[in-house]
Amino acid sequence: MSTTVPPPPKKVNRIGLEVLNYKGSKTTLCAGCGHNSISERIVECFYELGVEPWTIAKFSGIGCSSKSPAYFLGRSHGFNGVHGRMPAIATGALLANRTLLGVGVTGDGDTASIGIGQFIHMVRRNMPLIYVIENNGVYGLTKGQFSATADLGSTLKTGTVNDLPPFDCCALALRWGATFVARSFSGDKKQLQAIIKTAIAHNGLSVIDVISPCVTFNDHQGSTKSYSYMKEHESMLHELDFVPYYEDIAVEIPEGEVREVEMHDGSHLRIRKLHRDYDPTNRLAAATLLEEADARGEVLTGVLYVNTSKPTFLEQLDLVDQPIATLPESKTRPSRAVLDQVMEELR
Amino acid sequence: MSTLEASPAESLPERPHHSVVNDFSIQIATVNGSGSQTANTVLMRSIFQMGIPVSGKNMFPSNIAGLPTWFTIRASKHGYIGRRKEIDFLVAMNPETAREDVMKLDSGAAVVYDEPLKLNELRSDLHFFPVPFDKLVAPVCPEAKLRKLVRNMIYDGVVARLLSIEMDEIRTALIKQFGKKKAKAAELNWGACQAGYEFAAQAFTQSIPFKVERMNATAGKIIIDGNAACALGCMFAGCTVVTWYPITPSSSLVETMIGYMKRFRVDPETGKATFAIVQAEDELASIGMALGAGWAGARAMTATAGPGISLMSEFIGLGYYAEIPVVVFDVERVGPSTGLPTRTAQSDLITTALLSHGDTRHPLFFPSSPEECFSMTIEAFEFAEKFQTPTFIMSDLDLGMNNWMADAFPYPEKPITRGKVLNAEDLERLGGFARYKDIDGDGVGYRTLPGTNHPAASYFTRGSGHNEKAQYTEREDDYVNNMDRLAHKFEVMRKHVPEPVERVAEGAKIGFIAFGTSDYAVNESCDQLKAEYQIEAGYLRLRAYPFTEKMLDFIRRHDRVYVVDQNRDAQLLGLMRLELAPDLIAKLRSVRYYGGLPLDARTVTDDVIKQEGK
Repeated sequence: MSTTVPPPPKKVNRIGLEVLNYKGSKTTLCAGCGHNSISERIVECFYELGVEPWTIAKFSGIGCSSKSPAYFLGRSHGFNGVHGRMPAIATGALLANRTLLGVGVTGDGDTASIGIGQFIHMVRRNMPLIYVIENNGVYGLTKGQFSATADLGSTLKTGTVNDLPPFDCCALALRWGATFVARSFSGDKKQLQAIIKTAIAHNGLSVIDVISPCVTFNDHQGSTKSYSYMKEHESMLHELDFVPYYEDIAVEIPEGEVREVEMHDGSHLRIRKLHRDYDPTNRLAAATLLEEADARGEVLTGVLYVNTSKPTFLEQLDLVDQPIATLPESKTRPSRAVLDQVMEELR
Repeated sequence: MSTLEASPAESLPERPHHSVVNDFSIQIATVNGSGSQTANTVLMRSIFQMGIPVSGKNMFPSNIAGLPTWFTIRASKHGYIGRRKEIDFLVAMNPETAREDVMKLDSGAAVVYDEPLKLNELRSDLHFFPVPFDKLVAPVCPEAKLRKLVRNMIYDGVVARLLSIEMDEIRTALIKQFGKKKAKAAELNWGACQAGYEFAAQAFTQSIPFKVERMNATAGKIIIDGNAACALGCMFAGCTVVTWYPITPSSSLVETMIGYMKRFRVDPETGKATFAIVQAEDELASIGMALGAGWAGARAMTATAGPGISLMSEFIGLGYYAEIPVVVFDVERVGPSTGLPTRTAQSDLITTALLSHGDTRHPLFFPSSPEECFSMTIEAFEFAEKFQTPTFIMSDLDLGMNNWMADAFPYPEKPITRGKVLNAEDLERLGGFARYKDIDGDGVGYRTLPGTNHPAASYFTRGSGHNEKAQYTEREDDYVNNMDRLAHKFEVMRKHVPEPVERVAEGAKIGFIAFGTSDYAVNESCDQLKAEYQIEAGYLRLRAYPFTEKMLDFIRRHDRVYVVDQNRDAQLLGLMRLELAPDLIAKLRSVRYYGGLPLDARTVTDDVIKQEGK
């Protein structure tokens, strides 16, 4: 007599969805590409936080990084637009439907070169969007040219030396209005998770600059965006813990060691001090810190800045609560009397 | 000889004893930034209020202050409101251009001018009316710094006296112009008007061969510019997202819209906006935002001119290929490059019809009046969503920025429809969908909007190669299938674009094909050809691209068809050549004007007569 063993219960998140609902199609990027790790973190974060995938919209530009939205959140609408113009597409979509949770993924070519204008204007507007820069300092899809984030003096595989200084996208975001600015490393699972989860909870523009090595064109000696360079030069600002709003936060916190930032949705970012005392709500201090780290040749990672009080662009527009895209005719077509009144004024 | 004296009458040519009533053009030459626009609008409006069909054309420089500007008012009892080349009555206020302005006049014209310019010494075959503007303005405007602005109102008074325009109507127009809030300014200007009128009554006793007489041809009509009409069209079309970048001559379209939307599209229950209007950082961003909004389900639009169209090229290709509804207004100005930013043209036609790299084609709507600016805008939003594609409204500076007499706009009776959009219930019923599959045979797939609360709602939008399921592909058959479906969709559009309008002339051997603001000149030219040369001409006014069967039929019925273009390269003719059969192409001839001013009938008539060998 055989006994049937019931299958183990499927693992689901707090809204009853399996992780499969958060995955995308199979990646076509190179094995070992940092971008794949970032896709995995995005899948984990949304799964673990139990966000409904169909409330998310994904945006990207052109390049290896911009292909990646196809590889995560397959149940979310995605828009792979034109090179460097992801901010415009995302801005328009969020204007149309303010209830969408926007996730944008771009590369350093998109953000720091062709699209730097759109990037900085989106920063200026504090568009509520998670903006991930998969930063490898190189153009992968066109086979290995320098990008504008490549460090001065770094070399290509061919030995060509970069003789221009890099744009620091975090410094730009910090200076011109982003309300959550972080830098991380694709190889740092825990830190990147905490940062992405905080960005999901944040109401405003989150700029996350992730050093994400290109194993094919920029992982050699002489590169400053390689795995080995990051191992030697990464300087973590602090240890991060994200406590979602639905979890009990009444955990004992050692005095003086941990700083807490309450996010828009009631979640908490718990920041554990490492070798220096750092207040991420102080924008000026963040700017100074970036400059100092740069001078020391360190790559600072962690949450550089968070501001939970500045209104977003959508709030400034004073829109109705519902998505304006799908308002009924009764709300979007003024009455006959209005037309009569306007005509009378023109007589 | 005193400059106050009019030119000796005996040197004037023989004129009919009776005056020319309600059929003449007034040109006012001023310096821009001098407040002449108010004086000109008041003059135009007062003639309109007296019931006479009237049009006003502003020829202004791309500059803020100090360069020459001309405003032409045409009064026409026949209802012709196109530009008329011949000027009958000149008001010469600009010393820089006065000499040339006077030399260009036909014999017998009248000239009101600033006395110190001594224009009467230039010619003896004109009626001169010198006015000492500085002397007259001082007593009515004690505040010296305001005099420059008030001074121009004096000519309104002078012209009113000379042309028998009723001063009550001038006053009504003045009060309307200034509104209730600026009553003090209105009074100051009214004083200047009266001073001009009284001066002219005393100083000028000689007769003038032009006269305004009350008619009843403008009752119920409105005065509006095309940009404002488009703005109203957007508001009543239920447009929700407007993203734009300022550029002449389209800026006032969105600026006017902002005013109306703030008044009439704020939700009365919550006091919050049912629309978003965003001034973008450039045209790349403005079209990108509009496409993002259209993708997310908004009725989205942007407005621009030629340089903006060039910049939007890449994104429009994405809109075409990813199939996203958006309405784009191109208020055309003279190119190439910066060109003449404040002059009119129809020279973006081919660029826009085929905008972006790869095989692309776009529907274009051609309004020719404020009424059509309003109705076609509403139609364009419906069309863009029905066919899921960028749809262009091709206006121009003449239509967009000049004031036009128009019939009051009818309220849109057709309900707003949103095209093929699947909601959560549809998806539940269907179990899924293929975004780019041609289910209905019209080339248009079904789409879902981001945020649709259903696990099967999502699809991935991309400008790279995609199959019916919106998946990435580089397969030859997938690519060809998709491009063929898009071509088929464009063919289906032919049956849904606004049809041309024909002015039938029985037995006519020749015909015109024209679009947009060429309409006024072509209609008048048909009359001129008949009256002056006994030539009957048919006329087909196109209202959209792609062309429809009606156009082919019109060409077949005529021996020779004159295609009228306001551009150098005969762009409409060029678009026709791309798809017409050789026997029809052989019938086409070109009439072109590209000097930057609104097209006039005489230019068209003269060209046709020359080509007809008469």
